[in-house]
Amino acid sequence: MNILVCVKQVPDTTEIKIDPVKNTLIRDGVPSIVNPFDGYALEAAARIKDKNPDTKIVVLSMGPPQATAALKECLAIAADKAYLVSGRTFGGSDTLATSYILYNAVKKVEELEGAKFDAIFCGKQAIDGDTAQVGPELAEHLGYPQVTYGLEAEVDGDMLKVKKEVEEGVEVVGVKFPCLITYTKPAWDPRYPTIKRKMAANKAEIPVLGDDAFPDIDTTRIGLKGSPTNVKKTFVPQKKTGGVKIKEEDNAASAKKLFELLTAASII
Amino acid sequence: MNSPFFTEDHESICEMARDFANKTLAPIAADVDKNEEFPMDVVGQMAEMGFLGLKIPEEYGGLSLDMRSYVCVMEEIAKKCATATLFISSANSLSTAPIVISGTPEQKEKYLPGVVAGEEFIAFALTEPNAGSDAASMTTKAVEDGDDYILNGRKCFITMAPIAKYSIVYAKTSPEKGAKGISCFMVDMSLPGVSCGRHEEKMGQRGVPVSDLVLEDVRVSKDCLIGEKDLGFINAMKTLSVGRVGVASMCLGMAAEAIELAVEHTKNRVQFGKPLCKHQAIAFMLADMETKLNAARGLVYNAAWMMDNGEKADKAASMAKYYAAEAAIDIVNKALQLFGGYGYSREYAIERIYRDIRVCSIYEGSSQVQQIVISGQMLK
Amino acid sequence: MEAKTKDLWVFVETNEDGTAKNVGIELLTPGKMMAGKQGGALVAVVIGSGADEAVKAASEHGADKVIVVDGPEYKHYSTDAYAIALCTLVEKYGPTSMLIGATNNGRDLGPRVSCRLHTGLTADCTALDIDDETGNVAWTRPAFGGNLMATIICPNHRPQIGTVRPGVFKKGDVTAANAEIVKEDIHVADDQIRTQVIELIKEMGGENVDLEGAEIIVSGGRGVGGPEGFDTIKALADTLGATVGASRAAVDAGWIAHAHQVGQTGKTVGPKLYIACGISGAIQHLAGMSGSDVVVAINKDPDAPIFDVADYGVVGNLFEVLPVLVDEIKKARG
Repeated sequence: MNILVCVKQVPDTTEIKIDPVKNTLIRDGVPSIVNPFDGYALEAAARIKDKNPDTKIVVLSMGPPQATAALKECLAIAADKAYLVSGRTFGGSDTLATSYILYNAVKKVEELEGAKFDAIFCGKQAIDGDTAQVGPELAEHLGYPQVTYGLEAEVDGDMLKVKKEVEEGVEVVGVKFPCLITYTKPAWDPRYPTIKRKMAANKAEIPVLGDDAFPDIDTTRIGLKGSPTNVKKTFVPQKKTGGVKIKEEDNAASAKKLFELLTAASII
Repeated sequence: MNSPFFTEDHESICEMARDFANKTLAPIAADVDKNEEFPMDVVGQMAEMGFLGLKIPEEYGGLSLDMRSYVCVMEEIAKKCATATLFISSANSLSTAPIVISGTPEQKEKYLPGVVAGEEFIAFALTEPNAGSDAASMTTKAVEDGDDYILNGRKCFITMAPIAKYSIVYAKTSPEKGAKGISCFMVDMSLPGVSCGRHEEKMGQRGVPVSDLVLEDVRVSKDCLIGEKDLGFINAMKTLSVGRVGVASMCLGMAAEAIELAVEHTKNRVQFGKPLCKHQAIAFMLADMETKLNAARGLVYNAAWMMDNGEKADKAASMAKYYAAEAAIDIVNKALQLFGGYGYSREYAIERIYRDIRVCSIYEGSSQVQQIVISGQMLK
Repeated sequence: MEAKTKDLWVFVETNEDGTAKNVGIELLTPGKMMAGKQGGALVAVVIGSGADEAVKAASEHGADKVIVVDGPEYKHYSTDAYAIALCTLVEKYGPTSMLIGATNNGRDLGPRVSCRLHTGLTADCTALDIDDETGNVAWTRPAFGGNLMATIICPNHRPQIGTVRPGVFKKGDVTAANAEIVKEDIHVADDQIRTQVIELIKEMGGENVDLEGAEIIVSGGRGVGGPEGFDTIKALADTLGATVGASRAAVDAGWIAHAHQVGQTGKTVGPKLYIACGISGAIQHLAGMSGSDVVVAINKDPDAPIFDVADYGVVGNLFEVLPVLVDEIKKARG
């Protein structure tokens, strides 16, 4: 079976700091990583491959040329093949335009690989944009059924049984191939790369699908101009201030003080 | 790490080891020390990533990588958990080097893949109660008996003995020939007459069990002989030479971590109205620590580079181990000093590193043995 | 597509028992203001099975009109059935804007619908406004794990759609229900629903972890020290009728199930009261709970970043503070 995993290279948002004077994000020196949710999607694919060794895992990313580093990371962990979508005309795309380009890329990669993908796995969302839109939008372009908030998937004949997170707990959902699944954080950590795969990945050539790779694409639907939404402004949120610090002579006294304050303010 | 000693591949390996150490080892290191137990699933993860087979030939499941790859991994892993490095050094050096150096293809096939996979451990039994630095004065004997040897003796401070499937045992086959009468045997730990002494309660590096290994009329067949009869001591010395660079890299990692902790602490801890690091006496201590660490790095990386380039590196390895161990002990001691009373508390990692580092000038050739080797090379 | 009206729609998600999820009713509050500025009506769209309660709730909370799609196929949420129903309605009526609660289901449905309608969607908004000049909705949302806020507009496509975080807006007061109720019959065949629920595994002991709808949350972090430490957290939660939350550190350590996790890789919450116990306050955690009305933090470390966002911060040992707090509350309540 063939699985396509879509990944995005993102800045490690845990390393982002705020410039206290200019009140803007400091992005310099922030390391780029594979979006963690995409890592969970790759792990889900790898777990399917553990049980079904004839599975082929292809990873696809859209981004600047440096995003090959993220793809190589995926090769070092579990992927068999990687493709990068990178072109000037794709820049500035919102989620709808991005998903449309990715849709075209899926078709192109299927053509190059000579096989259709049975399942497409994505992270639930990317930690920079946090939109959680590209996966379902890609599913809509492809006309595939989707399952979001997946934790783990298992092949069962012509369908996938997906464990997904719901408010009441975990739901097992059955969906026929071809389908698209987005993944959230499971209870386990994704596997590490192996040194052997890492060395091979360092040497791997990653095909780039550029502006001219999609002759039939509708150019009015890509890039900044093809995007229905645009960013009007960005700003750094104000920190809350003016909280009350409580530190009495002992913990019991602090607790009582807290209770008094909360009651006085009618909070409890 | 951008250095003349390392390639892009080495840097990748460093990055992987660092990531693993941060994510998986850092959170468990305090518990490993406290409970004197290292989780076996983490050993499995290290095996899966390839850390246990770095220097083992590819045909036996390893990666056939060079000494510098090994140094990279040891340094990064040691930053977060000294105990974890013992599983790596054991697999890459003490428990396999004798087989890789002098074993037959059959022996390699039998013993190496299990070690690489993290499924079998092999102990290395050289030291005896009355033969430490002076290993050649050992009293364990192996006497030929038909197609077998009968082993008798007692080994002590044997790392991993209680969990090992096999142990490499050095024993005298020609007692009258001194160091030239020692042979190397592979002993199955389940054989009759093999037992482990009591669990040694250690000061540091507590996550790996250490005990005596007692041999009472243990019968092993001749195909358990590793290398030729009476040539075991050479094989032991070659193994220890690799091991020395491993211990030296471990020292680099622990010292680097101690410096990082000390820098962080002295930046944040305010005394006399300013952060500790703004006091010149403290800043100068940090400068000394950093300089010593980097001097040690030069020696260690150079020794590894020489080994990778097929140069004779006994003296270089001894200098690396001697200097790195003494420097690291000093650096860690100073780092603890900078933590003041907090450094004396078990809640802080520096306290554990202080105990973990101490053995590094003692095992795999004490500092004094290294001085003997270094001066011996100079004066011959 | 072109808008046919100036109406603003609020999608009101239903529970399986036919009641409305809180967020749908909450969104009628900003919806009223926005519809007023846009010069159109406020329309609630209820999709569900036996959803009379939800229709009533929408009608009582300020909707001018309620469009209802009711049928057995909508009892349990499915992407396919809901997307078909909602797109059919949008194509028929042509609203200018639409708000959807950013629940798991809302965030599953929103992109599917906006893509099918070929229009823009802004996810997980925390502030809404109308640009007076152009009449466009100004959608404000956090990005970069809460480090940055972005205001998004969708100038040339209709309807402009956004999903909005639960708990950001408050339910309005109940008024006389005088909305016009319009029933739409949209039937989705079984084979059009391409996913099937095989099994529901309830969270340990059938416990329902509804963090998003909780009014009070008591959360534990690394400072809780272990799974047994959560007993102390639960004791306070039980006393207050609160839901138990957790930081990523506690979840990753295996002390409590991921369903309890608040933060960027967990749930985004907006309770009236959030009590953070032994949580240092990493930015990823703050991203998930900064919508809380009142934040109480209890932590040993006086420099913990959680105190920067706390209205009340207790510097102390949670195991000594919480039991006393529980006693005080019990005493006061007799």
